Amino acid sequence: MSLKKHILDLRKRKEQVQKGGGDKAIEKQVARGKQTARNRILALLDRDSFTEYDLFVEHEARDFGMDKKQLHGDGVIIGTGTIYGAPICIYAQDFTVEGGSLGLMHARKITKIMDHALKMRVPCVGINDSGGARIQEGVNALAGYGEIFYRNTLSSGVIPQISVILGPCAGGAVYSPALTDFVFVVDNISKMFITGPSVIESVLGEKISMEDLGGARVHAETTGNAHFFSNSEDECFEQIKKLITFIPWSNTKRAKTFPPKPPKFTGNIEDLIPADPRQPYDVRDVIKAIVDDSDFFEIQELWAANIVIGFGRLNGETVGFVANQPLVLAGVLDCDSSDKAARFIRYCDAFNIPIVTLEDMPGYLPGVDQEHAGVIRHGAKVLYAYSEATVPKVTVILRKAYGGGYIAMNSRHLGADFMFAWPTAEIAVMGPEGAANIIFRKEIEEAEDKDVMRAKKVEEYKEKFANPFVAAAKGYIDSVIEPSETRDLLLHAIEVSAHKDDHRPAKKHGIPPF
Amino acid sequence: MAKQKIEGLVDFAILSMKYKTKLTKKFENRIVYEDPNPNNILSYIPGTVNEVFVKVGQEVKEGESLMILEAMKMRNQIAMPFDGKVKAIHVKEGDRIPKNHLMIEIEE
Repeated sequence: MSLKKHILDLRKRKEQVQKGGGDKAIEKQVARGKQTARNRILALLDRDSFTEYDLFVEHEARDFGMDKKQLHGDGVIIGTGTIYGAPICIYAQDFTVEGGSLGLMHARKITKIMDHALKMRVPCVGINDSGGARIQEGVNALAGYGEIFYRNTLSSGVIPQISVILGPCAGGAVYSPALTDFVFVVDNISKMFITGPSVIESVLGEKISMEDLGGARVHAETTGNAHFFSNSEDECFEQIKKLITFIPWSNTKRAKTFPPKPPKFTGNIEDLIPADPRQPYDVRDVIKAIVDDSDFFEIQELWAANIVIGFGRLNGETVGFVANQPLVLAGVLDCDSSDKAARFIRYCDAFNIPIVTLEDMPGYLPGVDQEHAGVIRHGAKVLYAYSEATVPKVTVILRKAYGGGYIAMNSRHLGADFMFAWPTAEIAVMGPEGAANIIFRKEIEEAEDKDVMRAKKVEEYKEKFANPFVAAAKGYIDSVIEPSETRDLLLHAIEVSAHKDDHRPAKKHGIPPF
Repeated sequence: MAKQKIEGLVDFAILSMKYKTKLTKKFENRIVYEDPNPNNILSYIPGTVNEVFVKVGQEVKEGESLMILEAMKMRNQIAMPFDGKVKAIHVKEGDRIPKNHLMIEIEE
C-alpha cells in the first residue's frame, strides 16, 4: 500500500466507527429528543478542540453470541478538549451502541480518561446515557463500575468532576454521578434511580412512572441529587460552560480572574430588606446587588430553597455565597438545607474559593419529622464544614442571627476571618418574644394585665439585646457597617485574605457527620 | 424603589415568632406525626401477605406468630407484641400492601 492508501484506509475506518450504532440507532436517539454522544461532546467543547482516544477499542466478551457482535468504540467516546480554553477530559456514553451498556472495555476507556484527568490535574466531565451493566459481561461489568467509583473518590477534591445525565442512568451506575461535584440534568431526558419502576412494582406493589420516580425535576427539587436543571441539552451545555469559568482546574490552582465589573444594581441596598425581621425578601437580590456585574450563578436553585448557594465574583475573583433565604420557610436551617450548604462549603474549601456568608435566619426548623430525620446529624455538617474550611471566610449578618443558627452560619467562634453586621442585625440567643417569655416569666405571670406586661418586656429585651452591639462589645463582630458599605468591605476582606495561610491539625482525614 | 408584592406568603411560626414566608412542596407534603397505637399491627416494610395464622377472636400469647409478611425475598414473621386477642384482620393471603398499612388489630 502507498502511504496515501494507508491514510485513506485510516479515514475510512474512522468514519465507519464514528457512526456509533449506525443510522437507524441514531435516528431513534434523535427521535427521543436526544443528541448523539459525539455531537454532545462537540457542542460542549471549544470548536475543533476535541481529540479522541481509544476510537478503535473493541469489546472482549465471548459468551452469549457476543463474539459475533461488533460494538463501535464499545459504546463510549473519550478524549480531551477545551472549554473557553480550559483543558478538559471528557467521556460520553453512546446509547446508540448496545444501549450504551457498560462492559469491561467500555469501563476501561472511562477509567483511562479519568486517570488521565487526575494525572494532568484538569477537570473531568462525564456524559451519562446508558442502559446500565452489559449483562452478557457479568461480573466484569460490576468490576468496571467499581473501578470508576474508586477513581471518582480518588479525584474528589483534587480535580473538579462534573456529571451530565443525558438519558437513563440506573442501578449501580448512579453512584458515579453521586460521587462527583456537580450533576446536571435535563427535563424529560435525564432518568436516575437505583431500582426502576418495574422492580418497585413487582416487589413492593408501588406504581410510579419513570419520570415521577427519577426524572430531572425530582432530582432537582426533591432529592437534591442534581445541582443544575435545564429544559434542553443546549441550555445544559451553556450551564456547564458557565460553571467552568467559576472554578479552578484543580485544588492547587485558583479560579481564573476576570476583569472587575461593578454591580448592575444601582439602587440602595438597604431598600431591599424590610426592617421588620418577620417580613421576607429575596436574598438573591442582595447578592446581585453585591457581586460583579450582578452576575450570580446559583447552584441547586430548586432544592432546599431556604438556603441559597452559588458563585459570584468580587473584583473579578470567584467567591462562593451561602445565604439564608427568608423568602422560603423563613430561611430556617433544616436537614436538606444543612446538607446543601455543608457540601458547598467543602467544595469551596477544597478548591480555594473564598466563602461569603449572608445571614438572616430564625434558627432550626422545629418538628417531629425533622428530629426523626436526623436534623442533629445533618445540622452538624454545617458546623463541621465551616470549622474545617481554611479558605477566607467572611460573614455579613443582615438581620436575624438567633441561637444555634448564629453559631452555625460561619460565626467568629467557628473561625470566621471577618464578621460584619448591619445595624439591623439581631444577634441573640433567641427571638425577643421567646426570650422575654422565659426571662420575665414571673413578672408576666404576676402582672395584672399579662399581655401588656409581656409586650413591655419584649420591648425591653429588644431594646437591650436585639441588636449587633452586644456581640460587637465582646469582639464577636468586627464591625457594624452601613449596608451601602457591604460590597467595598467584602472586596477589602477578599483582598486582605488573598494570602491567608491557615492550617488544621495533621490527620489522615476527619470524620464528618455524613 | 418600588416594592413588589410577593405572592403566596403565609404565617410561619418558629418558636414564638411568626414570619411571613413561602412554604416548600416538601414541607407541605411532610408526614405529620401520629402517636402510635400499640393495638394496631402495621406493616414495617411494603410486601406481600404470605400466610395468616390467626382468626378473629383467637387468644394469642406474646411472641407467637400472627402472620408472614414477605418482603425483599424474606419471609418476615409478624409476632404478637403482648398476650391478647385478635380483634380484626384487615389483610388476606396474597395481598400486596404498602408500608405502615394496618394489617391486624389486637386487644389485651
